[in-house]
Amino acid sequence: MKDEKYTPLPRRPIGLDREELKKRTVTAPDGQTFEVDPIRDYYCQDAPKAHQRSYIKIVEDFFNWCRAESLWILGYGTGCGAIEMRPLMTPRFDAYRYGIQWRPTPRQANLLMISGYLSVKTLKRAIRSYEQMQNPKYVVGLGSCTINGGMYWDSYNTIKKLDEYLPVDLYIAGCMPRPEALLAGFEDLKKIIKAGGGEGANKYAENFEWYKANQKSVIKDWDMPDYNW
Amino acid sequence: MRALYDRLKDRFQLGELTRQRPDLGFVTVGRDHLRALLVELKDVEGFTHLVLFTAVDWLEDGQFQLTYLLNNRATAQDLGVRLMIPREGASMDTIHDLWPTAETYQRELYEMFGIDFPGSPRVDEDFILEGWTDLPPNRRDFDTKEYSEATFAERAGRESHDPRDHMKQKLYPDGE
Repeated sequence: MKDEKYTPLPRRPIGLDREELKKRTVTAPDGQTFEVDPIRDYYCQDAPKAHQRSYIKIVEDFFNWCRAESLWILGYGTGCGAIEMRPLMTPRFDAYRYGIQWRPTPRQANLLMISGYLSVKTLKRAIRSYEQMQNPKYVVGLGSCTINGGMYWDSYNTIKKLDEYLPVDLYIAGCMPRPEALLAGFEDLKKIIKAGGGEGANKYAENFEWYKANQKSVIKDWDMPDYNW
Repeated sequence: MRALYDRLKDRFQLGELTRQRPDLGFVTVGRDHLRALLVELKDVEGFTHLVLFTAVDWLEDGQFQLTYLLNNRATAQDLGVRLMIPREGASMDTIHDLWPTAETYQRELYEMFGIDFPGSPRVDEDFILEGWTDLPPNRRDFDTKEYSEATFAERAGRESHDPRDHMKQKLYPDGE
């Protein structure tokens, strides 16, 4: 019963065609005129670079041990899993005793938890947050939604496979995983990092084109620079 | 509620009154009388609050049903005003000057159902979806599963059941 007669209603321009993102000439209060290009002026567009390993293994192992013992999580909840973080950070489960803590900004964090389903709109913000985090950085996907879509498998607005868009180090299964599962997951992540497997940021830098192509295939309203460093 | 209906019935050519609860009723009205009825309800009868404004897609009839749900705080009553508009080239008069909140509902209907509201502020701006290019997703002829399969990458190995067939299989394994 496809409605062939539907003619799309007019919409405002989206993505980089937006009026406020166009290059324009601005006159300052003192009469000086200058050009503003919002996308290029305020951001560094350079693609990320892969981080060199230390040339001695024992030094790299020491670095990895340090990284594993201070996982700082970006306090950014995308779905229902954000609720699991509260008992985790409070005395009942107390993740702080494992060297895990929550930080308010991407610049201070090195672990991004995708805590549940990601709508296309949230994916855009998650990518921005991930790219603003400093190397080395890790991504953990929580719940079946990030693994294969979960209960939103036929939704028109949620992604189904997170590792197409961000380099995921570890998935924790469940709907939602309980705090105990998260603690076990953190211990697994530590093992991965100590073994030298936490190379997500380098993977992202090396396959940057592929990740960007995937991201842009779902995010039609792409109104940001290619790399939000 | 009945007294109110009797007062307004002839003036605005209202349809049958459906009473779902003592304090909740629905009436149907023609498009010509809608605005006058809403103004009367708001300014004279005390239905000052627009609770919600939404649409239902009657695909088989080729119509959209719009529902304006109004609330009277003083008497704690809700009245829903229903209206049918043709589905093809769907367009409706804006009521954002009566209730400013209607602007938001109209943006939603514009995006999710493709109903136009000429003159409503910011109606062509993105509301919830960013950069939507397909059929409006709340129209019933939009196939969300098909769209999802075509748009989003899928992990291999997932088994999905059609709920109807699967439950039939589970509950009545040897057929009905």
